Amino acid sequence: MLADKDRIFANIYGLDDPFLAGARKRGNWDGTKKILKKGREQIVEDIKNSGLRGRGGAGFSTGMKWSFMPKEVGDRPHYLVINADEGEPGTCKDREIIRHDPHTLIEGALIASFAMGAHTAYCYVRGEFYRETEVLQRAVDEAYEAGLIGENACGSGYKFDFYIHLGAGAYICGEETALIESLEGKKGQPRLKPPFPANVGVFGCPTTVNNVESIAVVPEIMRRGPEWFAGIGKPNNTGTKLFNISGHVNTPCTVEEEMGIPLKELIEKHAGGVRGSWDNLLGVIPGGASVPVLNKEQCDTVTMDYDALRELRSGLGTAAVMVMDKSTDIVRAITRLSAFYKHESCGQCTPCREGTGWMWRMMERICKGEATLEEIDLLEQVTYQVEGHTICALGDAAAWPIQGLIRTFRPEMERRITQPATNTDQAA
Amino acid sequence: MTDVTTKTENPEDFAFTAENMGAAKAVIAKYPDGWQASAVMPLLDIAQRQNGGHLTQAAMDHIARVLDMPNIRVYEVATFYTMYNHKPIGKHHVQVCTNLPCWLRGSDEIMETCHKFLGLDNHESSEDGIFTLTEVECLGACVNAPMMQVGDDYYEDLDADSTLAILSELKAGKTPKTGSQIRRVSCEPVTGLTSLEEQAELRKAKVGGD
Repeated sequence: MLADKDRIFANIYGLDDPFLAGARKRGNWDGTKKILKKGREQIVEDIKNSGLRGRGGAGFSTGMKWSFMPKEVGDRPHYLVINADEGEPGTCKDREIIRHDPHTLIEGALIASFAMGAHTAYCYVRGEFYRETEVLQRAVDEAYEAGLIGENACGSGYKFDFYIHLGAGAYICGEETALIESLEGKKGQPRLKPPFPANVGVFGCPTTVNNVESIAVVPEIMRRGPEWFAGIGKPNNTGTKLFNISGHVNTPCTVEEEMGIPLKELIEKHAGGVRGSWDNLLGVIPGGASVPVLNKEQCDTVTMDYDALRELRSGLGTAAVMVMDKSTDIVRAITRLSAFYKHESCGQCTPCREGTGWMWRMMERICKGEATLEEIDLLEQVTYQVEGHTICALGDAAAWPIQGLIRTFRPEMERRITQPATNTDQAA
Repeated sequence: MTDVTTKTENPEDFAFTAENMGAAKAVIAKYPDGWQASAVMPLLDIAQRQNGGHLTQAAMDHIARVLDMPNIRVYEVATFYTMYNHKPIGKHHVQVCTNLPCWLRGSDEIMETCHKFLGLDNHESSEDGIFTLTEVECLGACVNAPMMQVGDDYYEDLDADSTLAILSELKAGKTPKTGSQIRRVSCEPVTGLTSLEEQAELRKAKVGGD
């Protein structure tokens, strides 16, 4: 188990003062100027060496992503855009950073921006997080007043501005190019790549989009050294991670733990165990709505990291752990997710716009026992027609939970079709 | 996608108040020259708040003029995002999350409680203009499920009783306690900390002793 001294988010529960006085006591903004003195290349190198992988779901090396930005700043300014459009069902970690530990994010934004030659960061926060944004704005104002950011950030001579941009209710804006479109005042519809944002991002300028948690861990990595972060967790899956444990556990909670912690230990240590007992477990969706469900047997031994979960054809995603006990109507549960993706498809690509509707309607038919057995295979075919045939990953995200369901819980789907009388499902 | 009402339903003129125009200008200044269209979302929010909770075509047209954008570009944005309302909504917009983590912990019961107490179906508003009820997608407070948002505030860790209590208080014109409705500050385990224990003393002080 991770020791408290290795926890980056010391105020994640908001038990202490989230603002500057409290943040300084927790060690935020300590020696930031010295960190900047290391220079752009060294900071990028250190973040690469720490092994930090993007915490928004994709798990790409953060340092590597930063290194794609042009080495010299030309006519076009560089931008850092922070993705706080947290909307993946099950995920509620960035919210806690923003409202309880906002200075980790602001300090991280300064260091990351400096490392990429950006003088401006935009933090795109989902519109529903209105109260959280009030806290963040107050923390930003404090940081300006204290000279930590602004004309001469931390006395380094570097100019840095931090702006908050509120979204207005669109899951798709969590996709980085949709977020950029939205930031430019357009509908949030993903862009074709290339060009990649590091070349042409927001306002036609080189841009890097990073998740809140990825940015907020940067200051501690720089203070304690990349070896410290790399020494936590497992090879290629390093560092600490915020986990959200929801659903059928005794004490749902958010906790910072080391990467690669066994799923069972995570649930039993922090979330009070599965309701009933571990043997009452049906399955777990380990990384937000988009990743395939695991059955109990897989949950018994799996560790919570990118590689171990990928081996089981699931994923760490955002590390949003949704636990379902044996009382769960698993087909209805996945159907609810299908309804979500249908609702959130931006409508740009035909396979996703139409496919998410088809998949949801077929799931409903199976739920209600109105389908035929062949429709399970037909449904699976549809998921493969959508997956990989769209501009962004929303189509994939809609397909994977259904593929996971068919792979793991096919007998239950068949039972609903062959014995509809035993269905307890009432929802429309 | 949101539906848009016709012009005849909202014929009145709209202009930002002086205070809101100041706020709009401060927002526009966040973006580079020539990219003032970036401010369209925040300005729609300001307009919606000024207008009592929904947008009118006059408001959207006003924003188009302020930002020097074609009207259609403003309509596109205003109808793409779900938080912009195109019909009058109640003073209290009750939004119940029914996505998976909330559903697993009883959001059906929360929704049913709201239906019954308010006498409203999904997307309906009460005749007295106090309440609108909407079922929404994940609001990002999943370890505090089930939850609902009313206006700008989250109410978390709900059950039927606490939901009723909140709605009753709102109806009586009172201000219910926001956040978790059980004995915890935010997203820590309700039975006690399993990490960051040195903050336990502070917790006692905040929750009022245990």
